[in-house]
Amino acid sequence: MTLGYNTLVVLAGCALLGLAAGTVGAFALLRGRALVADAVGHAALPGVVLAALIVATLGHDPRDLPPLLAGAAIAGIAGVLSVQALARTRRIREDAAIAIVLSAFYAAGVALLSYVQTLPDAAQAGLTKFILGQAAAMRAEDAFWAAAVAMLALLLCLLLFQRLRAACFDPDFARVLGLRTARTDLALLGLIVTVTVAGLQAVGLVLIVALLVLPAATARLLTFRLPRLLLLSAMVGAVCGAAGAAASAIDPDLPTGAAVVLVGAACFTLALLFSPDRGLVAEALRSANRRLAMAQDHFLRAAWEAQEAAGAGPGTAGDRWTPIAAIAAARGWGEGRAWRLARWLALRDLVALSERQVHLTPRGAAAARRAVRAHRAVEHHLLALGAADTAGADRLADLVEHGLTPEVATRLLPEPSALPASPHALGGRP
Amino acid sequence: MSAPDFLRLDLPALVAAMLACGTCGLLGSFLLLRRDSLLGDALSHAVLPGIIAGFALTGARSGLPMLAGALAAALAATVLITVVRRAARIESGAATGAVFTTFFAGGLVLMEVSGARSVDLDLDCVLFGQLETVVWLEAQGWSSLLDPAALAHLPRQLHLLAGVAAAVVLIVALLWRPLHLLCFDPDYAAALGLPARRLEMALNLMVAAAAVAAFEAVGSILVVAMLVCPAAALRLLTDDYRVQVLGGAALGAGLGVAGYALAGPLPAAAGLTLSLNAAGAIGTLGGIVVAAAALLRPRAAAGRREEPAIA
Repeated sequence: MTLGYNTLVVLAGCALLGLAAGTVGAFALLRGRALVADAVGHAALPGVVLAALIVATLGHDPRDLPPLLAGAAIAGIAGVLSVQALARTRRIREDAAIAIVLSAFYAAGVALLSYVQTLPDAAQAGLTKFILGQAAAMRAEDAFWAAAVAMLALLLCLLLFQRLRAACFDPDFARVLGLRTARTDLALLGLIVTVTVAGLQAVGLVLIVALLVLPAATARLLTFRLPRLLLLSAMVGAVCGAAGAAASAIDPDLPTGAAVVLVGAACFTLALLFSPDRGLVAEALRSANRRLAMAQDHFLRAAWEAQEAAGAGPGTAGDRWTPIAAIAAARGWGEGRAWRLARWLALRDLVALSERQVHLTPRGAAAARRAVRAHRAVEHHLLALGAADTAGADRLADLVEHGLTPEVATRLLPEPSALPASPHALGGRP
Repeated sequence: MSAPDFLRLDLPALVAAMLACGTCGLLGSFLLLRRDSLLGDALSHAVLPGIIAGFALTGARSGLPMLAGALAAALAATVLITVVRRAARIESGAATGAVFTTFFAGGLVLMEVSGARSVDLDLDCVLFGQLETVVWLEAQGWSSLLDPAALAHLPRQLHLLAGVAAAVVLIVALLWRPLHLLCFDPDYAAALGLPARRLEMALNLMVAAAAVAAFEAVGSILVVAMLVCPAAALRLLTDDYRVQVLGGAALGAGLGVAGYALAGPLPAAAGLTLSLNAAGAIGTLGGIVVAAAALLRPRAAAGRREEPAIA
């Protein structure tokens, strides 16, 4: 890869393109219009081919970008209007309308392309590059054009920020304010067409939709705040665009669109797995933590109740060690599980561990007392309401007691300061 | 054109177009009625990496490994779309777009890396279809149609297409009532104890199989046209389930034949030199039919009720 002037310009142009696509894509995703870009992209093909045909017939260079982009824009707008017209029939929903328009326009483009290829002059030169994108074939002036169009879209986005935000988050409120959401939607469609057309040569019309969807979806996983979402989405878009151009410079045979999409998909996958609050890993960790906390409560309570059943209490003269097997039996657990939990609790200094027996430490006793109070609070409440029988109250309490604060437990209990007796026999499960 | 030429060049392509478009047209109605048309779009793109992997692993462009790979990729894509939609909490359209573009891009890169592209499976086949390459060189004349030796050399794509078409027709015939219920009243279907999720899965797998079989003939993207256009045109014109489904299949098959004829043989017969990509002509015709149906549909019926329920 030689970092010549041309390569650098193309790289910068693709990064700017990604920046604009990320920004517009964020609004498109929030407004539920992301797939319109798919229709626009595919619909652009016949426009590009016709424009090349007309330019060549007039005797100009058919590789000049502006007429091709103009053709793409006109065909793209025609595609959007067709989607809306079909959706207005109400028999065909918007998603089906998008599929119809993108496939039919694309088919027309393919038919036209096969016709142009039979012509003697070189009108078709490089037209297939628009389908999957080839950033390496871009000239510096092409990159300037793409970047200029992208910047125009970005600027419009910033100018319309307030209206777009209102339309995305609270269309009804926007209407009350006197903002016309229909007009804002139209502007958003215009923005989508603009960035899509700007990205045709670099990314290709088949995959351009991904440059709008993937950065926005990635940002959506990482934040809830709109300004941050726009910034993240734009940044991810820029990274995708630049990486795609770089990949194309390294291996010109590689379709740039594919490289762009795979970089975007990698970003999205990372966010999906590792996002702090919505990521799958964080979610799994949270749920594992919850389960551990529950098991811990149950273990401590079983240890406490084993003492209670023997007529002794922690800190009293009859304070005894409890076999882990007894706790396992009381909870209906396997001995292995009870043993692992006991070791974990010993590590946290909540129980003392000796010869397969446990003993609550002062900290453990305090935690166990809290767990017992919470459990009995729920049990008593359910029984007082007549909502469950004794066994049912025990089972239900096992499920809900864990979120209970000591204050709430106190309010639910008949004798707020004391530890009430268990309503059922302690020890093995019924 | 002489009979042998017709048999060698046009008949196989015509039959391929008819089978591919008919199968897609049949399945398209179910997708449309279930408001799942984008899934057809997604699956027809998502099968690409599976096709390439099946091809790369066996090194041969034979039907079954590619079909198996494509079905696996389609299953993975449908599962992933659900995972992404739930985990990222984005609308299903955006989740679909994110997943299928990724699969398609992966397929393109796999094609580049595995060297499949240079050998046999090229990009043009994915993007434009290769209906014109479906030829039956062994045909000598009309008698060849009855000659087992010549029939054994029918193009490979036709075997796959015919097999998938027969399987799809059989499954649809067997599941006629359950699919009807699934399309119009999924809740009632579930209440009746129908395995709705398995039915959906069967439908998706049929779409994927049709997409693979049709892929070589009309190309990855034009499969979408055949999945949505006939069904949408019929949806604009009829409220009858039987007419919708069977009509979709018939219209699809008709579009396939008409599109192929318009692309090459008819202009040639008229003495013109015009020759278009057949898949492109078929897809364009599909769009025109939908537009005509939208313009010509009975206005009175359209104004009577907003969204009439099909009986």
